[in-house]
Amino acid sequence: MWQILALALKEFLALVRDKRSRFVLIGPPIAQLLVFGYAATFDLNHVSVAVYNEDPGAASRALIGHIAGSPHFDLVARITHDAEIAPLVDQRRVLLVLHLGPHFSSDLAAGRGTRLQAILDGRNSNTATLALGYLRSILTDFNRQWAKDHGGPAPPAVLQMRAWYNASLVSRWFIIPGIVGLLTLVVTLVVTALSVAREREAGTFDQLLVTPLRPVQILVGKALPGMVIGTLEASLIILLAVAWFDIPLRGSLGALYAGLLLFLLSAVGIGLMISAIAVTQQQAVLGAFLFLVPAVILSGFATPIANMPPLVQQLTLIDPLRYFLVVVRGVFLEGDGFGLLLDQYWPMALIGLCALSLAGWLFRHRMY
Amino acid sequence: MSPGSRMRLRGMVRKESLQILRDPSSIAIAFVLPVVLLFLFGYGVSLDARDIPVGLVVEQPDAATQSLVAAFRRSRYFRPRTFGSIQRAERALAARQIDGIVWLRNDFARRLLAGGEAPIAVRVNGVDANQAHLTEGYLQGVWLGWLQRYAAAAGHPLAIPVRIEHRVWFNAALISRFFLVPGLVAIIMTLIGSLLTAMVIAREWERGTMEAMMVTPLHIREVLAGKLIPYFVLGMGGMAFTVALAVWQFDVPLRGSLWLLFLSGALFMLVALGMGLLISIVSRNQFVAGQIAIVVTFLPAFILSGFIFDIGSMPAPIQLITHLVPARYFVAILQTLFLAGDLPRVVIPNLLALLVMGGIFAALVRRKAHKRLE
Repeated sequence: MWQILALALKEFLALVRDKRSRFVLIGPPIAQLLVFGYAATFDLNHVSVAVYNEDPGAASRALIGHIAGSPHFDLVARITHDAEIAPLVDQRRVLLVLHLGPHFSSDLAAGRGTRLQAILDGRNSNTATLALGYLRSILTDFNRQWAKDHGGPAPPAVLQMRAWYNASLVSRWFIIPGIVGLLTLVVTLVVTALSVAREREAGTFDQLLVTPLRPVQILVGKALPGMVIGTLEASLIILLAVAWFDIPLRGSLGALYAGLLLFLLSAVGIGLMISAIAVTQQQAVLGAFLFLVPAVILSGFATPIANMPPLVQQLTLIDPLRYFLVVVRGVFLEGDGFGLLLDQYWPMALIGLCALSLAGWLFRHRMY
Repeated sequence: MSPGSRMRLRGMVRKESLQILRDPSSIAIAFVLPVVLLFLFGYGVSLDARDIPVGLVVEQPDAATQSLVAAFRRSRYFRPRTFGSIQRAERALAARQIDGIVWLRNDFARRLLAGGEAPIAVRVNGVDANQAHLTEGYLQGVWLGWLQRYAAAAGHPLAIPVRIEHRVWFNAALISRFFLVPGLVAIIMTLIGSLLTAMVIAREWERGTMEAMMVTPLHIREVLAGKLIPYFVLGMGGMAFTVALAVWQFDVPLRGSLWLLFLSGALFMLVALGMGLLISIVSRNQFVAGQIAIVVTFLPAFILSGFIFDIGSMPAPIQLITHLVPARYFVAILQTLFLAGDLPRVVIPNLLALLVMGGIFAALVRRKAHKRLE
């Protein structure tokens, strides 16, 4: 027991005393949290809109007023010719052009119904879809109001939408808890991936293997510092998420930290596995990077797993980040406790145990 | 160029190319990672939802509710499941088995017949705000379609004062793959040009072989050129491969001209190489070079370039920062050339920006490399 602790302490000191590793642990994660926290957003604010209104009536002005008054849209240009549409859209000066024909108000007044033409820049398909959605809901409200004011029939049924957990649908509430998982994974993986590779490169790993320490003890000693640093790093980011970004933390901290420990177990296991395979530190860093990029893309961090094809969805089952993101988001936003998260806990534990055993086996069987 | 210089350069290029091919880590970054990224973004990742699991709660079934349920079953966006009571549906929503609930209370049919805005209560899981927005949009679509059919069947067609008639330019079906795959070219070239170059050249500094090369008759220009040419070729090869796969495998339209695409690609590659070279000269250490390259070039190319996240929606200070990211200009060119075509007013300003950045990096490299070597 003491032997393991001594090894863990030595690992920890080796990490903290190195100026470069210290920098990697603190500088980039905080900078990334701040930049990504603000930059990584799917929310649409101030979509630039151009209006081409050929109608002299009051109804068209009222509708344009509704749209310009919405926080989602900014009216940036009024145009008077068809030919002006293409340059504005092409150059991305506006995302949306609204065209109201010359008979807009008179058709509306005559009860004939009229059309609002919308031209969207589809180069960013997500933005275009969202903008169209906002436009539709503004128009639905406008139509209801119009029918009410002009004695038209009310629609037989209406939708009353309510979003659970994130009532105003702020995408930052989704992204920032994701960053907690992402940065914790990056830091833990790099730290542990380097631990054995560094000794291999320096030639001290062979010495470690001939000490009275058993391979299992070496494994535990190497894994502990990663777990400690991962826990500290995650706590710091969770603190910033709550204190700086005001993300609600509704569930039980115990459930969050139980998930975190299991997640770290799997991250440390994979890191040690990479470290055991790598011959040099450079290979270890690259190996970590090669694992990280697909792991992040497949985790549901930015794009939902449910949208992936079935085969790729099955591939995500071996990605520990996938489970931890559900835990973090569940505890932060949905107020989950242990009960609802059990299905996320055991796969992480399983991945961790498999990776650690494989790493331990590789310690003994891969020699240079 | 004198014959001697040409021969020395050829030797350098040959040595450098062999070094790339014999090092497993450079093969991993130059060949494996681009292919993994391409397949993940081409096949795996999508922002287009389909088969969203929703729970339907119908407290008193009749003809009207049945037609609404049928409308949900027909929609390709939804995979409905019926629940006996709202409590059970809400439990399923809390357990993440479904992403939304559509609830028709027992007075739905009565209020429908009375013509008075019968409420359809909808709950969506808002954790993933973007998907929740999209889900709400699809729900509205189903509701509106049903409403029109219902009104027409009841004998008094629905009078909708203003209808939207929308046209989406450049990506009419709003397929997210068409938007993601072109930007991937910039990511892959950043990987090769900046990350790989920074690490490999930093290794020469670290091991002292750079100094050894300095005492040979090679001129500093020849050393730098000899180092950069193989990576330039590798990067352009990566680009050609990505473009070919995008067009033939993932059916992304390429509406602009190929020469313009490769011209801007070559310019971006030079900028990326300049960044990689500068990072390696400043850090002179593989580990630090790798970390800096990831934080300064790779991650910004992913997040701050408009590749996934819309720059226009970022806060103003972050939008200013994006102007320092070369990938931003290249992603704009790529998305335009692939989807919209040759639009000089988009391509030329972005090319000029890349040219300016390339000039700045070349000047910096020239100064740093010179000072350190003498």
